[in-house]
Amino acid sequence: MRPERLRVIVVSTMLGLAFLVLWQAFAGLQPTGRGIPGPAAVAATAIQMLAHPFYNNGPNDKGIGLQLAASLARLGVGWVAASVVAIMGGVILGLSPTLYRAVNPYVQVLKPISPLAWMPLFLYTIKDSGQSAILVIFMSSLWPTLANTAFGVATIKRDYLNVAAILQLSWWRRLVTVILPAAAPAIVAGLRISIGSAWVAIVAAEMLIGGTGIGYFVWNEWNNLALTSVIFAILAIGVIGVLLDVALGRLSRRLAYTE
Amino acid sequence: MSYLEIDHVTKLFPATDGPGDVCVFRDVDVAIEQSEFVTMVGHSGCGKSTLLNIIAGLETPSAGGVVLEGREVRRPGMDRMVVFQNFSLMPWMTVFDNIGLAVRAAHPDWRRAMVDDFVQRYVDMVGLRGAERKRPAALSGGMRQRVGLARAFSTEPKVLLLDEPFAQIDALTRGVIQDELVRMWGASRSTVFMVTHDVDEAIVLSDRIALMTSGPDARLAEVLDVKLPRPRSRAELLDEPDYLRLRAHILRFLVDRGPTRTSRPVLGATSHT
Repeated sequence: MRPERLRVIVVSTMLGLAFLVLWQAFAGLQPTGRGIPGPAAVAATAIQMLAHPFYNNGPNDKGIGLQLAASLARLGVGWVAASVVAIMGGVILGLSPTLYRAVNPYVQVLKPISPLAWMPLFLYTIKDSGQSAILVIFMSSLWPTLANTAFGVATIKRDYLNVAAILQLSWWRRLVTVILPAAAPAIVAGLRISIGSAWVAIVAAEMLIGGTGIGYFVWNEWNNLALTSVIFAILAIGVIGVLLDVALGRLSRRLAYTE
Repeated sequence: MSYLEIDHVTKLFPATDGPGDVCVFRDVDVAIEQSEFVTMVGHSGCGKSTLLNIIAGLETPSAGGVVLEGREVRRPGMDRMVVFQNFSLMPWMTVFDNIGLAVRAAHPDWRRAMVDDFVQRYVDMVGLRGAERKRPAALSGGMRQRVGLARAFSTEPKVLLLDEPFAQIDALTRGVIQDELVRMWGASRSTVFMVTHDVDEAIVLSDRIALMTSGPDARLAEVLDVKLPRPRSRAELLDEPDYLRLRAHILRFLVDRGPTRTSRPVLGATSHT
């Protein structure tokens, strides 16, 4: 191991330990019954919850594994659907400078809207909270992938398209052998941002719709005043977010190329 | 009627400063016979690469046209393969897949095994056996252009268009790959149109050399026959009076007709960039 790497690990571990000590000290100072729980209490809850992650005692009492699985299932459906739409749309926009510029103002207006702002409209139109939550995930995943794909396709080197033109590739072959691989690094960068913002949005969406999911779990435990569970759920959300990002980071390295 | 006719081609570009058009070259007329190797030599900016792109169908002429076997060409097609100065290999594909892309495009009805055999033959032909699974970024410039040549020849095009194919290759490798090009051209008997500003390269490779005046508003000045016997060896050519005379003629042309408003030394016009 290189010394630089070792130094980073040592410093990082020390910062983590210092945080835990401060947290425990802060928790201990609070008057009993009013303060936030310290790391020891959270760890105890964590061990208990991780021992039975998939138990199911009815609507308001499910293991954290089941709740995370419910959130990940929603995320998967919404994100995959949005990615397919965004990549197709992005390719079309990227190939047509006119369309790109014509559509761009609308995308710019839609992009900064919090995906949760759509929730009432979805609830009103489709009258199903589960599907509305998935649509919120869809909206949160759409724009980064769409914008990145359009940019990636629009900036493909002219030479590659010239080769495709000379070889008279059919539009389908041109798409799968030239356009998508050439734009792949930009597309995956978009997918990576998308899945991150979708994971952020899903917690809030599930707090609103209730039923299942890690967001609902957090809100439910807050109503139970079970703060150790809330804190553990927060950590679990963070860890899953990192795992999602690492997976897409792997994909991005596989599809990267040097000219 | 000749095999490939560049028929009074003119190219205008919209002026970048102010209204109107800038003429790159005007009324270029060259008739090329089947299996002939014709090279166009001229200064940077005379539009020779633009003319090559017009023959390839990648750009459109402002006036005139290009006729191949009696038919006007307007679009890119597999009968005219281009070898690019910057190689233009797909960086996400291996050497094998880059050539395979072209072979499959040329023979959509072939089975996988046939395509693979054919690709391997061209990989071997340019001496890249062992590097098939590498990506272009892992290869030297010379090796990349070997892939470029293999890709072009593997489709057995009627016309091969070479756009300064050796400009980005180091001088020692250049000669070797030029010999490989001559060998493959000899085997395929494709018609070749090359543009370059390397005078020696033009003489060693070509049957005829077309000289362009400087742009803008460049014209075709003259077309020279290269009567040196083949195969040509660089070493023997150096003592050949015809070679030296031809070389001096072209160099003098380039110096006399060179860009007038430039401070570039005259020899810079013929050296490799």
